[in-house]
Amino acid sequence: MTSPRAASPRALAWRRRGDAFAAGWRQFARQRSGLFGLGLLLVIVALAVLAPVLTDREGLNVINATGGPLEAPSGEFPLGTDRQGRSVLLLTLWGARMSLTVGFVAALLSIGIGTIIGILAAHYGRWVSAGLMRITDFFLVLPSLVLAIALSTVLNPGIGTVILAIGITSWPPSARLVRAQTLTIEARPYIERSRALGGGHLHVITKHVLPAVLPLVFVNTTLAVGSAIVAESTLSFLGLGDPDPMRPSWGSMLRSAWLDSAVIAGAWWYLLPPGIAIAIVVLAFTMCGRALESVLNPRLREG
Amino acid sequence: MSDILTPTEEALAEAPPPTRGGGALRYLLTKAGGGLVSLVLVIVLGFLLFRVLPGDPVLTMTRGRPASKEQIAELEAQLGLDKPLIAQFFDYLWRLLQGDLGESYVFRVPVTQKIMERLGPTLLLVGTATLIAVALGLWLGTRSAWRRDSRFDKVSTSVALALWSTPTFFLGLLLMAATSGWFPTAGMVNSDTPPDFFSQAVDVAHHMVLPTITLVAVVYAQYQLVMRSSLLEEMGADYLTTARAKGLRDAMVRRRHAVPNALLPTVTLVFLHMGFVVAGAITTETVFSWPGLGLLTYDALEKRDLPLLTGTFIVLAGAVIVMNVLADMLYRVLDPRVRAS
Repeated sequence: MTSPRAASPRALAWRRRGDAFAAGWRQFARQRSGLFGLGLLLVIVALAVLAPVLTDREGLNVINATGGPLEAPSGEFPLGTDRQGRSVLLLTLWGARMSLTVGFVAALLSIGIGTIIGILAAHYGRWVSAGLMRITDFFLVLPSLVLAIALSTVLNPGIGTVILAIGITSWPPSARLVRAQTLTIEARPYIERSRALGGGHLHVITKHVLPAVLPLVFVNTTLAVGSAIVAESTLSFLGLGDPDPMRPSWGSMLRSAWLDSAVIAGAWWYLLPPGIAIAIVVLAFTMCGRALESVLNPRLREG
Repeated sequence: MSDILTPTEEALAEAPPPTRGGGALRYLLTKAGGGLVSLVLVIVLGFLLFRVLPGDPVLTMTRGRPASKEQIAELEAQLGLDKPLIAQFFDYLWRLLQGDLGESYVFRVPVTQKIMERLGPTLLLVGTATLIAVALGLWLGTRSAWRRDSRFDKVSTSVALALWSTPTFFLGLLLMAATSGWFPTAGMVNSDTPPDFFSQAVDVAHHMVLPTITLVAVVYAQYQLVMRSSLLEEMGADYLTTARAKGLRDAMVRRRHAVPNALLPTVTLVFLHMGFVVAGAITTETVFSWPGLGLLTYDALEKRDLPLLTGTFIVLAGAVIVMNVLADMLYRVLDPRVRAS
C-alpha cells in the first residue's frame, strides 16, 4: 500500500475496490450457511479439477472395466460398479467435471443473454424495450424444458448443444431483473451528468450502468448454476446429453442406472451417488447465492 | 430453486394490470391478443425448429438407423421437403388450421389422433397432482406463516426447498426404489384387470400413486413459499388487529380474514406456473411409463419422430400459454381492487 498522498487515481480506485471487497467478504463470512456452501463448493470443484491427477481416465473405458456387473460396494470399489463393471466412484468423480462445466457455462450464457437484453431494453426504451420485452415475455411463458428438448433433438448431440439448449431457454427471468435494476440506475443523477458531458450510449452503458448492475448479475449467476445443473441432468436423463461414454455426467449416470434397471436390481449404490451429488451441489450454490444476495442486493440490505 | 421463485414474486407484483381508461373489455382484448401473438410465435417456432434448424430433417429422423434411398425419398415427399421453404410453411400452417399435424413416422397414425389418445391420462395425472399440491402448499404455507420462525416453519420451508432443488426424475427413481413391490411402477392399468368400471378405476388409482406423489413433491413447494410470503405481507395489516379486537378466536381471524386476502396471488400462480408442472409431468411420465403426453414426447425424441415432436411441442406450449392468459383474466375477476379501479 502506498501512502494516500502519493496514490494515483487508479491506485485509489483499486484501493476503494479492495476495501469494498473486504467489507463485502466480512458480511458474507458472517453467514454460516453461505460459508458452508462456499467450502463445500471449493472441495467439489477441487475434486473435479484434480480428477485426472487422482484417477486414471481409462477406467471409464468399458473395455478396461475390471469389476463385475453391478457389484456391491467393496474395498476395491467403494461405491460398487455399474452394469459394465466400471467403478461408480470414478464415474461420479468424472461426472462432476461434466455437470459442473455445463452448469457454469450454461449459467454464464443464460445470464449473459439476459443481461444484454435487459440493459438494452432499459437503456433504449420505447420500441426497442417494447419489442425486447415482448420476446422476453414469450420465452418466459414458454415451458423451458419443452423448448430445450426440441432444441437438443434437432441439433447434433454433444456438450455444446446441451449448453446452448439450457442457455437459450433460461435467460428471461434475469433479463427482467436486469432491466428493472438498469431502470433504477438510469434514473440517478450521475447518469444525467455523464450524458450532459457528452457520454454516448456505449460509454454510459459500459462505464456506468454495467458496473452498477454487475453485483446483481453475479448473484444471479451463482443461483443459476444450480438450476442449470438440474436442467443438464434432466436433458441427459432423457437421452439428450453427450452420448460419449467416456464423458459421463451425473444425469447420464442416472439415465444408465434407470435403463439398466438398477432400481429393480436393488443397486442403490448406482442410483444414489449421482443424485445426491446433484442435490448437494445445487444446495451449495443456493446457500452461496443466498448469502451473496444478502450482501450485494441493495434491496435486501436496506430492508 | 430460489431464482425461479424470484420471478414469481416479481410477476405477482406486476400482475395488477394497468388501468388507464378502457376498462374490462380493453384489458380482456389486450391479454387475449398477447396470448394469440404468443400462440402464433409457437407455431412459427415449431416450423423453424423442426423443419429449418435440423438442416436435413430426414437425416435427423433416420439418425442411427439404416435407411434405403426409397425410404428417404418417401419421407421427403411425405414431409413436403421437395418444395421451397415458404411453400412448406404455408402448407404447414394451412394443415395446422384444419387440425392436421401430419402423420407420425413411428406409429403410422395421424399425430392429432395420437395426441388425443394421450391427453386423458396426462390431464388425470397433472390435474390430481396439481389439486393435491395446491391444497398441501396452501395449508403448509398458511401454517408456517402464521407461526413465523417456529420450528414447524423452519422445517417445512427447508423441506420444500430441498424437494424443489432435487431433479424430478431422481425423486421418482428414489420413490420407486423405496417402495419396491408395493405399487406398480409402470403403465396405467394391468391388462388382466376386469373391464368393469370399478376395478378399472381402482387399478388406475393404484398405478397413479407413485407418479402423483412425485409430481406433488416437486410442485407443491412453490405454492407453499408464495402462500407463506403473501400471508406474511398481510400479517401486519390493520384489519387483523380490528378482527382480534372484536374478540375473534385466532383460528377465526386466520380463516375468515387473513387467508382469503393472501389466497389471491397464489390462486393465479397455479395457472401462471403450468409450464413448470408440464416439465415435471414429462419426466415423471417418462420414469413411470405413464401413457400421457410426456411419455409421448419422450418416445418421439427417442425415435426422432419429428412430426410427432412438433405436435407435442405445439400442444404443450400452447396449453401453457392459454393457462397464462386465463391466469391474467382470473386475477381480474378475483381481485376487487383491480376491478374497481
